[in-house]
Amino acid sequence: MTRFDFLLVGVGGQGVLLASDILAEVGLKAGHDAKKSEMHGMAQRGGSVVSHVRWAEKVLSPLIGLGEVDYLLALEKLEALRYIEMLRPGGTVIVNDHRISPVSVSSGNDEYPDDQRVRRVLSEVAAAVHFVPGVELAEELGNARASNVVMLGALSKLIAIDLDVWLEVIAERVPEKYVALNRQAFLKGRM
Amino acid sequence: MKKLLSGNEAIARGAWESGVQVAAAYPGTPSTEILETLAPMPGVYAEWCPNEKVALDVAIGAAYAGARAMAVMKHVGLNVAADSLFYASMTGMEAPLVIVSADDPAMHSSQNEQDNRRYARFARVPCLEPSDSQEAKDLVGAALSISEEFDTPVMLRTTTRIAHSYTLVELGWREVEERSEPPPYRVDTRKYVMVPGNARRRHPVIEERIVRLARFAETFPYNRMEMGDRSLGIVTCGVAYQYAKEVFKDASILKLGMTYPLPPEMVRAFAAQVDRLIVLEELDPFIEEEIRLMGIEAEGKNIFPICGEFNPQVVRDSAIQAGLLAESARVEVKEPEKGPLPPRPPILCPGCPHRGVFHVTNKLKLVVNGDIGCYTLGFLPPQAAVHTCGCMGASIGVAHGVAKAGIKERNVAVIGDSTFFHTGLPALLNVAYNQGNTITIILDNRTTAMTGQQDNPGTGRTLRGEETVAVEFEGLAKAMGIEEVHTVDPYDLEEVEEALRACLAQDRPAVIVARRECALLPEVRRQWMPLKVDAERCNGCELCFQVGCPALVKSQELDEKTGRPKAWIDPLLCTGCEICAQVCARKAILFRSQLSVLPCQNGGKHDQV
Repeated sequence: MTRFDFLLVGVGGQGVLLASDILAEVGLKAGHDAKKSEMHGMAQRGGSVVSHVRWAEKVLSPLIGLGEVDYLLALEKLEALRYIEMLRPGGTVIVNDHRISPVSVSSGNDEYPDDQRVRRVLSEVAAAVHFVPGVELAEELGNARASNVVMLGALSKLIAIDLDVWLEVIAERVPEKYVALNRQAFLKGRM
Repeated sequence: MKKLLSGNEAIARGAWESGVQVAAAYPGTPSTEILETLAPMPGVYAEWCPNEKVALDVAIGAAYAGARAMAVMKHVGLNVAADSLFYASMTGMEAPLVIVSADDPAMHSSQNEQDNRRYARFARVPCLEPSDSQEAKDLVGAALSISEEFDTPVMLRTTTRIAHSYTLVELGWREVEERSEPPPYRVDTRKYVMVPGNARRRHPVIEERIVRLARFAETFPYNRMEMGDRSLGIVTCGVAYQYAKEVFKDASILKLGMTYPLPPEMVRAFAAQVDRLIVLEELDPFIEEEIRLMGIEAEGKNIFPICGEFNPQVVRDSAIQAGLLAESARVEVKEPEKGPLPPRPPILCPGCPHRGVFHVTNKLKLVVNGDIGCYTLGFLPPQAAVHTCGCMGASIGVAHGVAKAGIKERNVAVIGDSTFFHTGLPALLNVAYNQGNTITIILDNRTTAMTGQQDNPGTGRTLRGEETVAVEFEGLAKAMGIEEVHTVDPYDLEEVEEALRACLAQDRPAVIVARRECALLPEVRRQWMPLKVDAERCNGCELCFQVGCPALVKSQELDEKTGRPKAWIDPLLCTGCEICAQVCARKAILFRSQLSVLPCQNGGKHDQV
């Protein structure tokens, strides 16, 4: 039975919820059943945000169990580290090479883990860790905020679903004036 | 047509399809989106009320008048509305009424994880529980039918996981005929006036009703047996049904869509067919106790936790521990040594006006009795300015009680605009009436911010977007006989301090309205203007960090004399509220007027691209 379990993590305001919207719809369009589960309420307040997206012939639990995530898509490095044990040993991490300091770090009370540690810890669980300069690539398009869709593009390379399906869903899910930008962002992520 | 809907969207859709005409609510996570989704639908009148009790009374009144009605609230909202739930159970209505209670296992956004199925039994009303969005939609219709047939309010109980999970829903259409005129109001005092004489006659009616409902539950299509391997039988409901199906692939399952009252014959028949009977339910052992009361042996909370939310792993690990599953069922997990990770809790946003008030209460070393809203987050370091928080509207009464206990230092009650309307009003009246000396600060950010910017009686707009009266706090306080009333801008620290000092100087009730729009409101975003630190003047004294703004960052640049890192302002986060600029002793943080850029440069950055 084909089953895809995705965990999307990031920081409030980064667009985790839009990315998971798109991902769930892509699963449906590709002929799977899909469920999505996320936490509202605190997302605007700079907290860490998690969304579960599952595709299968029939999805039961809306939540993915510990150690059962196939793809961890992290829009921020510290959040990738925070949720890495959710990943199935041998699973895949796609991580935005981007750092957002929590207040305790910016005020100098805590230390943000260095890149070496991030790589080491993620690799201990994952068979493949893809670092993607999502923000830089989005900035090249003139809007750093599109990095969530850049990251989706990077994820899409690893999954055998027609490009057209992805682009169709993106066109449906984002406001009209941002469709062109997000399309470009998605394609940049696939490069 | 099938569509991916959240449980909340599905409930709204179900309400519309099954002809709900009047709906009322107070916003509360995880229930808020239900009314927001329903309000624009044709043929429905929906409104935000000041609190859940008012919302339930409105829905009851609509049902008395023959309209199909719905009241929506989060679990703790039903505590506020409990009085109304009990009389509505006693009177019944002329038209159906469904009460949506959204419980919050794991307390994602709540002060407790009470299990509101207890209220269903307490008030003798049936309780339905959906396991996904399709059922959430369908059970609204089922609830209305049951309500109509049995003349009882019906509780539709969801949980955060159902409310905020998106699953496929087959969309239908509104089936009822729209009526041009409401039916004439039917007077029936014996049924609707709950004086003792009438109430005594009604009590046996509702006891008999629950017996009939239990018989109805035997054939209720959302109660069903799914027989598999008979060595294990699982009774389950809500989202736990999904975990049961995923974790116990072959077990026999009794899936309950109605969890009060239970169908006794069905439970007996199921129990007789399986070797071991367990109940898989989140929070309280509600079904478990009901089954035991039938004299049937059942396990449940000896295996699965009573606290928090389930997920496949919690269910699986508990089952392995209890010997229900083989050790080989365990999922391999790798937990690498990560080293310390800085936490990322929710915090007051950059530009939050509450920060200004807390800076001053800290400066004056005041104990603050807080309330429910964004400002509760003021308890977090570095401000750590909020010292109690219990439930909606508690701040003012608690502060008054502290004063009446003889504490000489003045406590301050801090409460948001929407929360003040919710249950703060009678508490402030109490301070005035009993001439306490509590200082009440109303944090009027012109919105119900915590639940996602809903309108309230102070904003001048309704749920339907219509213009309406905007109630003024100052006038309310004065009408209560409170003379010491100040209005301040919380971005102006001196003004806040002056007002607080003036109140402290008088031994009498006082109100300070700290008025400034939430920094996330669209019209405010357009005014954002990030400030800058003059690195020449900054000596790294760290005073500005006391305001706890996420936009303030320690830079890599060290001060030559002190060796301390200088402050830097993240232009992507700063809104230009100038609170930090007022705190800086060296005038190193430049005010808006000292900057030579235009506003709007950074506005709207939180918008979804």
